[in-house]
Amino acid sequence: MGLNKVIKTGIISKTSILDILKKEFLKNKYLYIMITPVFLYYLIFMYQPIYGSLIAFKHYYPGISVFSSPWAGTYYFEEFFKSYYFFRLLRNTLLISVYNIIFGFPAPIILALLLNEVRGRIFKRTVQTMTYLPHFISTVVVGSLILNFAARNGVINIILGYIGIGPIQFMIMPEWFRTIYVGSSIWQEIGWDSIIYLAALSSIDQQLYDACKIDGGGRLKQLMSVTIPSISPTIIIMLILRVGKIMNVGYEKIMLLYNSNTYVTADVISTFVYRKGILEGNFSYAAAVGLFNSVINLALLVAVNRISRKMSDTSLW
Amino acid sequence: MSSKTKINLSAFDIFNTIFLSFLTFVTLYPFIYVLFASISDPFEMMRYNGFLLWPKGFSLEAYKMVAINPNIALGFGNTLFYVIVGSSINVILTSLAAYVLSRKSFTPRKYFMLAIVFSMMFSGGMIPTYLLVRDLGLYNTRWALIFPTAINTINFIIMRTSFLEIPDSIEESVRIDGANDFQVLYHIVLPLSKAVIAVITLFYTVYHWNSWFNASIYLTNRALYPLQLVLREILIQNDTAGMMIGTSSADNQPIGETIKYATIMVSTLPILCVYPFIQRYFVTGVMLGGVKG
Repeated sequence: MGLNKVIKTGIISKTSILDILKKEFLKNKYLYIMITPVFLYYLIFMYQPIYGSLIAFKHYYPGISVFSSPWAGTYYFEEFFKSYYFFRLLRNTLLISVYNIIFGFPAPIILALLLNEVRGRIFKRTVQTMTYLPHFISTVVVGSLILNFAARNGVINIILGYIGIGPIQFMIMPEWFRTIYVGSSIWQEIGWDSIIYLAALSSIDQQLYDACKIDGGGRLKQLMSVTIPSISPTIIIMLILRVGKIMNVGYEKIMLLYNSNTYVTADVISTFVYRKGILEGNFSYAAAVGLFNSVINLALLVAVNRISRKMSDTSLW
Repeated sequence: MSSKTKINLSAFDIFNTIFLSFLTFVTLYPFIYVLFASISDPFEMMRYNGFLLWPKGFSLEAYKMVAINPNIALGFGNTLFYVIVGSSINVILTSLAAYVLSRKSFTPRKYFMLAIVFSMMFSGGMIPTYLLVRDLGLYNTRWALIFPTAINTINFIIMRTSFLEIPDSIEESVRIDGANDFQVLYHIVLPLSKAVIAVITLFYTVYHWNSWFNASIYLTNRALYPLQLVLREILIQNDTAGMMIGTSSADNQPIGETIKYATIMVSTLPILCVYPFIQRYFVTGVMLGGVKG
């Protein structure tokens, strides 16, 4: 096998693929050595599980390999779609994510905009530093803070008591779960998420503001005409990334906060996969549900990216 | 910022300041509450229901209980292992990946990037990964908490973006003198990237410090449990019974409560101590990854 290669002088000579590879390896041999552990990591821990998700289409039992397990086709998917839990899980997953986006997405943007208006540098730094502290606290600690404050005699009920509302047992009432989940997510992430927007805000050319002021623009006009358009690419990218994670609700916190009373609003696809797969050992079924989740996620990401590309010039790819 | 205008406080500024101060207070108050509650007298805490603006009574009983608890000490030790060994492996692998994939001379660069970014958007999921860990013989070993999470792709992207910022001219001048890729990495790229390496190290450290879920599915040997998993038993599953050695049963419930607060303080304090140092590097690090990446 040969490859025709035209050299500048116009002479055609045959160079084999082997020669090209050899040249490449010689040139970059250290790079190849360095990338090997990285390559192995992604191959083993990221791509093998993609192959392993095939067990969703097979009757898999521990002990047999993925390859030799009997074929099941769409059996487990049908079981899932027809199951009593399907709509509940889908609804809970989507609702929690959508609420998180509706309330949790604008919050850091607003915080960044407000902080941007602060003139005192020390005050601004202090607020920033304090608000991104909760991001570093573990889910377990946050969960326990929530359980503690939302308890029957916890601080929240004390405050409600001052305005005459009787104690509410938040953690066992399904209708409160989403509010608590989204509210605590905002508390924990508002500061950290605002960093990106603050960075974008600080890179806006001051001349744009000056031009706006010369045209007689007050603060509001400056906000609408300069600030927001300037950071809209950042906002759009962050939104695409956020929507691309819609099906991946942060299950760790849910797992710590939910109980059988609140399954009806708290149980999401990921927590269901955990119970079915890891706790009950129903591997093929859980893998099917998990694969469904991943595929929808990917489809949403691609769709949102495409929409964004058509509607604005910003997109992830 | 050049400003020829007088400094006048509009109503908006006043509102803004009040609102941001309130937000800061709401952010911090849970920690203040926990701090005060942890040093309060257990019995007064039990009787009292309300805001804590200062500790009720004073007692270090809860901290004593935490200090003598073997599970917590073991958890601390294990987490330290996962942090030190885990983060080292994390940073080394991430740096290697970022370095190689920022070299224009590396021909398969585009394909690697594609494969890596794709793996971020689509993954096998919890169950296939779990089965893989078991099949690899990592189940119930420390390495189950280190290898499967060896590289975080977002951190990799942040680091690579930062490495790409280093001007070609510096690399070229060293190459003319005969430097190979290892030497460029060690003598040029790494020394110039101290800030981003610090940020990424801290990201991984915080991740290892706070993680518990993987330990909960991969470890059955309690001697390997990280701190947060121990905490989960105490704080969420309400299992303070094992902690109360040498107390009478009548004392148990109130002390059980303050023990929880002390436990939270003890496990969060390390992060809070490192925090001032972290803080300086953040905006740079996240900016690199977010705005440009």
